[in-house]
Amino acid sequence: MRVYADNAATTAMSQKAVDAMTPYFRNIYGNPSSLHSVGQEAKEALDAARASVARCLGCEPREIIFTSGGSEADNQAILSAARYGARKKKKHIISTAFEHHAVLHTLQKLEREGYEVTYLDVKKNHNITAQQVRDAIRPDTCLVTVMYANNEIGSVLPIAEIGAICKEAGVPFHTEAVQAAGHLHINVKEQNIDMLSLSAHKFHGPKGVGALYVRRGFPLVNLIEGGAQERGKRAGTENLPGICGMAAALQDACEHMDENMPRVAAMRDRLIEGLSQIPHSALNGDRENRLPGNVSFCFEGIEGESLLLLLDAHGICASSGSACTSGSLDPSHVLLAIGRVHDVAHGSLRLSLSEYNTEEEIDHILTVVPQVVSYLRSISPVWRDLQTGKRQYIL
Amino acid sequence: MALYSEAVMDHFMHPRNVGIIEDADGVGEVGNAKCGDIMKIYLKIENDVIVDVKFETFGCGSAIASSSMATEMIKGKSIHEAMTLTNKAVAEALDGLPAHKLHCSVLAEEAIKNALKDYYDRNGIAYDPKEFPDCEHCAHCE
Repeated sequence: MRVYADNAATTAMSQKAVDAMTPYFRNIYGNPSSLHSVGQEAKEALDAARASVARCLGCEPREIIFTSGGSEADNQAILSAARYGARKKKKHIISTAFEHHAVLHTLQKLEREGYEVTYLDVKKNHNITAQQVRDAIRPDTCLVTVMYANNEIGSVLPIAEIGAICKEAGVPFHTEAVQAAGHLHINVKEQNIDMLSLSAHKFHGPKGVGALYVRRGFPLVNLIEGGAQERGKRAGTENLPGICGMAAALQDACEHMDENMPRVAAMRDRLIEGLSQIPHSALNGDRENRLPGNVSFCFEGIEGESLLLLLDAHGICASSGSACTSGSLDPSHVLLAIGRVHDVAHGSLRLSLSEYNTEEEIDHILTVVPQVVSYLRSISPVWRDLQTGKRQYIL
Repeated sequence: MALYSEAVMDHFMHPRNVGIIEDADGVGEVGNAKCGDIMKIYLKIENDVIVDVKFETFGCGSAIASSSMATEMIKGKSIHEAMTLTNKAVAEALDGLPAHKLHCSVLAEEAIKNALKDYYDRNGIAYDPKEFPDCEHCAHCE
């Protein structure tokens, strides 16, 4: 049995997304900027895709900029707000300690340029509160950028409350919604979101395409110069097959969210309940406000990469925040930010589900994971020391 | 998985010499949990020959495979031969390790030397301390 449980990394494309793309490779291949009929056919498809994405987010089509993915959208949103802030002598940004690197590295770049960033603490409930944002806002704050939902541990942040606070304070609000789009109900107007980033391949769309919603009137800076595409804000001939695939995938995800997500959440809850039985383990992330598909654990006494390799040998595709899987010496910054010490952060496992997973697959995971954890503990000197009292349990 | 050679996967999936030796003549432990890998080696030595060796490892696939391969390479060898085992030889025997995993083979070499040092210490055998690396201060964990 092969179980794909790494949907937070990427998803299989839906048939609807594939079908929505295929006409734009060989039949409707025009450049939307061309005046002739072949180009105008492509332009119509582009407009329709933009309208569709806008409907899913509750905004106007002209507020959608198509990008190469979530990272580009994050970079553009944050840099735009920073430049706009600097013009008004505002160079303070509020974010969280467990953002995606697309956000964190952009913020670090700004810090080197003299901006000041407040990273909100995420230890309590592995989440932030809207009050933390309120307390951090200063007269010189030019941006609040907090993720909609965390990619590693699944915590869903209080976005609507934060949006209301930002609106009241007059501070632009960006949210990286890569894990949320297509999985949670989003309405940028009701939630007072000024900018939002999303990525198609996280909701059964194609890779290499994403979108940035930007509230009408907010001044964007360009990352890519060279043409009048995307209202002059993102040059380059549009990735029309990708954009049409993304629009179809998002529409499909939003239309079926109310039937799919409760089923996914039920599978998630079975996994959480089952894996919690493993002694000296701990769930990572907010238990209540949680992505429907996210299961994240730390298991004491073992290391994540060897866990992943053995799970893969049993047909289970998962991921880990251990150092050995990241190629660096430190485990995931997210796990460290929520207060996991290095020793246990190395033993992390993330299983991320989608509506394509089945109850039989959950049974398989629940059979295999405890066996593999137990085996790795049996050959671990750390586990022996914990069991013989030479080392104190952390979890 | 293409990350590792077949030899690494074989030694990871079917590690040789796993376990402990209760009445070991030398025990060595290197690495720390903070860095994400710890190796512990147990030696049974008779007439300067390593008659048995066991290991326990907390770490990634290449750490477990390196421990397994290194123990295979010293089993039945004299302690003098075991002292000449290099991390390079362990990595080569595994048909290579990814660059960022080479420290796993270094740990295996150090764990064995650490166990031999323990054997020397227990038996009052003189040795040159320079022959034994100081794992606690290696660059990997800093």
